[in-house]
Amino acid sequence: MPDAKRGDLVQIHKVILDPSQRPDTLPECTRSVYYECWVKGFLIDESVNIGDEVKIETFIGREISGILKQVNPVYDHNFGVPQKELLNIGSESRKKLGKMKNR
Amino acid sequence: MDLSYSGVMSRKKEILRKATGIDYGKFEISPVAFDYEGLMNTCKYSIEDAKRILQETGVGQTPLVELKNLTDFVRSVSPPGKGGRIFIKDEAANPSGSFKDRRAGLSVYHAKKLGYQGVVCASSGNYGAAVASQAAKRGLKAIILQEVYDSRKVGQPEILEKTRACEAYGAEVWQLTVGPELFYIMLRVLEETDFFSDSLYVPSSVKGIETLGYELAQQVFQQEGRFPDLVIITHAGGGNVTGTARGLKMADSFRTTVVGASVDLKGLHMASDIDFNRKSFTTGHTGFGIPFLTWPDRTDVPRNCARGLRYLDRYVLVTQGDVFYTTELLAKLEGMERGPAGNTSLTAAIALSRELDRDQILVVQETEYTAAGKLPSSQLTFAKENGIEVRRGNPRENVPGKVIVIPERVDQIQVENFEIEKLRHSYIENAIKMTKGYLWTLEDIQFLAEDSKTSADWVQKAIESLK
Repeated sequence: MPDAKRGDLVQIHKVILDPSQRPDTLPECTRSVYYECWVKGFLIDESVNIGDEVKIETFIGREISGILKQVNPVYDHNFGVPQKELLNIGSESRKKLGKMKNR
Repeated sequence: MDLSYSGVMSRKKEILRKATGIDYGKFEISPVAFDYEGLMNTCKYSIEDAKRILQETGVGQTPLVELKNLTDFVRSVSPPGKGGRIFIKDEAANPSGSFKDRRAGLSVYHAKKLGYQGVVCASSGNYGAAVASQAAKRGLKAIILQEVYDSRKVGQPEILEKTRACEAYGAEVWQLTVGPELFYIMLRVLEETDFFSDSLYVPSSVKGIETLGYELAQQVFQQEGRFPDLVIITHAGGGNVTGTARGLKMADSFRTTVVGASVDLKGLHMASDIDFNRKSFTTGHTGFGIPFLTWPDRTDVPRNCARGLRYLDRYVLVTQGDVFYTTELLAKLEGMERGPAGNTSLTAAIALSRELDRDQILVVQETEYTAAGKLPSSQLTFAKENGIEVRRGNPRENVPGKVIVIPERVDQIQVENFEIEKLRHSYIENAIKMTKGYLWTLEDIQFLAEDSKTSADWVQKAIESLK
């Protein structure tokens, strides 16, 4: 079974610049790594596997190519975990405000 | 066609001329001066036109809300008779959830009128989402270029949310790693597509914000019979300050003090792969704020229409911890869950209200939507994962990129005044550096005086002192 078939929502990856092609003015930590990008769209190729060079049609209908990275990519950013440093701010301030208003 | 970095960069002028419809060269007066108002007028919309165009897509006319509980809370720690009334402009009510809809609203309309089929915008923030949203409404295609990941492919949650939002509005999104080469990619994409460059710094984008200053001045006047004493504006690239201040003047609110506020991220390098994920705020901070005030023409267009120093009366800094605390107060005392990045100016308002008399009026001119990835809880979870220490205590102990201190009490929220004279001096110093070998004329001096909100005398003296 191929990883993806025509019409699937996928994410591709491209290396845009090698470290040697990056401007000298950058901080060393940035200049020494690849300049890369990821784009999502619908697969144009019939059937392909992760790691293959593929073509996609982006959400505005442009055709671009790159290495297949993910099929059905998920948004996995979230609300984070409860932060004890924030949890009491509400009750502290409401208490203080309540006292002041009842004075 | 030469698509190498240097090849594309060498065609910059030509590409931008085609992609903005503006011949910037026409407005150059000398290596120093240019015709600022002339450039702004290439986008020929009056304030009334701009309002009407924005209204067509549901942008603007946002509520002005008095934060009575917050004001009372601030008064409880203010000197007797002090504690100015805090109002907020609920810009989150715009279609994509921020004031950036005003910028995109006018510029996307303008792009369509000029006959472009689509727009390209380099923004990891609310502006990208606003452009994507407006493009959807106007039937144009949008490509949004975002700086999202460090070299480990770890992405700031706030920016990941912005990718989601842009894609939700049907844009093609390029998620890029850290680096100023974003500009190179932008030029490449513009050349490939013949789309409009929807830069934050083109005239139409800055003009859209004039409606915000204009509208808030009128709302305050209608409600209170007077203009605001102070308007506080979150400052990054300068467009928000510039547009708002110009709009205030158009509404005859001449005596309003214009205050810019940024989150203090001094010491973090904006092009560093390592520092990138050591900050909780992706905009509205000093990393953009200071360089853009001291040399605005460092952007993706030859001349920047966002010129903060022309309009600022005062510039203040707050800490990341202060803004998280304020975001909690806004939710818990006022029932408005917004931001946090958009609450930078609100944080400054808490400190500045204590300087004002009780009958004086401060307006915080924006809020922004909140979501997964943006909330303080998600920002602080991410900060801790990236080795940042988070604790409660005295916010003066915040260290950008190392420690976030959430205040224990509201009176600990204070602003650091960034001396505006110092910014003006740096601006003149930069102008000297950038035009080495060119002999300045009186016209240049006059331009620099206008551009730094000083006088020709002041500029002459500054030049002398820098010699």
